[in-house]
Amino acid sequence: MLCKIMMKEKRQILIFALFALIILLVPLFLKGNYFLNVLVFIGINTLLAVALNLLLGYAGQISLGHAAFFGLGAYVSGILTTRFPVDPWLSLLIAAACAATLAFVIGFPILKLKGHYLAMATLGFGIIMYIFFNETVDWTGGPSGLSGIPNLRLGPVIFDNDLNNYYLVWIITLGVMLLSINLSQSRIGRALRAINDSEVAARVMGVNARILKVQIFTVSAFVSAIAGSLYAHTMTFISPTSFGFNFSVELLTMIIIGGLGSIYGSFLGAAILTMLPEFLRVFRDFDIVIYGLMLILITMFMPSGLIGGLEALFKIIAGKIKWSAARNV
Amino acid sequence: MDNSSQLVQYVLSGLSNGAIYALIGFGFAIIHNATGILNFAQGEFVMLGGMFTIFILSFLNLPLAAAIVLAIILSTLVGILFERLAIRPLKNIKPLSLVIITIGASIFIRGAAMLIWGKDTHALPAFSSNNPLYVYGATIMPQHLWIFGITLLIIIVNKLFFSYSILGKAMRACAYNAHAASLVGIDVKIMVLLSFAVSAAIGSMAGIIIAPLTMTSYDVGIMLGIKGFCAVIIGGMSSGLGTVLGGLLLGLLESLGAGYISASYKDAIAFIILLLILFIRPEGLFKQKETQRV
Repeated sequence: MLCKIMMKEKRQILIFALFALIILLVPLFLKGNYFLNVLVFIGINTLLAVALNLLLGYAGQISLGHAAFFGLGAYVSGILTTRFPVDPWLSLLIAAACAATLAFVIGFPILKLKGHYLAMATLGFGIIMYIFFNETVDWTGGPSGLSGIPNLRLGPVIFDNDLNNYYLVWIITLGVMLLSINLSQSRIGRALRAINDSEVAARVMGVNARILKVQIFTVSAFVSAIAGSLYAHTMTFISPTSFGFNFSVELLTMIIIGGLGSIYGSFLGAAILTMLPEFLRVFRDFDIVIYGLMLILITMFMPSGLIGGLEALFKIIAGKIKWSAARNV
Repeated sequence: MDNSSQLVQYVLSGLSNGAIYALIGFGFAIIHNATGILNFAQGEFVMLGGMFTIFILSFLNLPLAAAIVLAIILSTLVGILFERLAIRPLKNIKPLSLVIITIGASIFIRGAAMLIWGKDTHALPAFSSNNPLYVYGATIMPQHLWIFGITLLIIIVNKLFFSYSILGKAMRACAYNAHAASLVGIDVKIMVLLSFAVSAAIGSMAGIIIAPLTMTSYDVGIMLGIKGFCAVIIGGMSSGLGTVLGGLLLGLLESLGAGYISASYKDAIAFIILLLILFIRPEGLFKQKETQRV
């Protein structure tokens, strides 16, 4: 049994190493290509999708306001570096700490709510933050946005082109993915899954559900704010429309498409939803209609998302091969 | 305008908005009580009511009253279709899946409305004259009177329907205990369908009577929907007096807050009230605490 678990762990490390290798090698084939820019955004969206997945996929707690933490990260970082002489790296950390603190404070009352009520409360929170991004014009620049945000730099390397940004974003994203995969295998990961299945049962088994839910909410906000800060420093311009309710729904769609609770699914969902509007012009006009349909159809017919679907398909094929091999013998 | 007439003005517009919120809240309560679902697409029925009416007026050249009736019928059909296509076929009914499906339906309807009618704001003509009346120095549009009148009418009809008609009683029975209701011969599926139809109809009516005052566009559903939800949460998820009071209270606070504190934070006020209620008294202001079964 122990041997089997170790085998499984080994295989997971192998899969991740392969995934990371492919990601890190991709730019070699895409030098100076516009597609690299799209891949930077896929990286940021993957980071956000993984963050939301920790909360929704692992612990089963929905948030319809995650764009607010993304926005908070972007604005705190943007404001600190444009209005004060703060180093961009320091501002990234402060931004993430701010979002985590806010999540920790509102986490206690908000995560007491369940199901529909939690969804409504997080939705309300997201819209309140969106209103503040728009109305605190003196700080955020209001609807016309905040520009002139400096790039991050590391010694002689300035992250102001697609190639450098690609490595900046993806190294952080890969790190968070690895930590998340690791988390799902730990005691905490099992406790979160127990809360997802039945909070009452989890508590009876001695899981401190109240604290654990707030902790994962805080971690999720922390990661989302890092994504926001990266977005601000790579784009150098931010405006409130990127952080509204529609983007919260887009994030939700990403992880539903990819598969709840699957880290690679988050990548798949983020990749699909980021690429579609880039390559299908029609998609830009129809985007929210298509998101709506995807949410309904996938929840109804493919509740474990594309990754779950692919796994099932893989098992069927593997089964067939085994069966025919057995017959040949 | 002196201070007291300004106050009267704020109170009047607050109450008329509040009446609308109460109606939208009714829609939430009716579906929630019959099915346990919180329908995130409720606000879209409100939007559909207004947009259908404008569309019918401009393309079919029908008189206003006929256009309104037709718009309510069309919105109700959308509600029925939604239940048949997305809610009834569900096999494993987890709350999370229901949240996601109703959100999906909400943005699907909104997106479809955007594609069909565009992103412009439209105004519905007022039901009667546009000449304002003056009360204590405050101006009041005849449309405000229509809103109060129609809201009152819907509240009374709603009360009569759920208290005295056999259908209304059957729906209430489902709300208490669907299994027990089915044992005494009530077709629970039909009642669920009916709840979607009734709440779509009430929602669209709310959207129609507010459209001449506030204009309407494809995306008004989110804000109105959440404010209606806020009203029904204050009222403790009932389609009765509590929700009416909740709606009026919300409308008043919002309008006074916009007038005396800051107009740009008007919507934030409603959402902060919503969060406070959810945090402190999720069972509503007027309800006794209940213990929850698990």
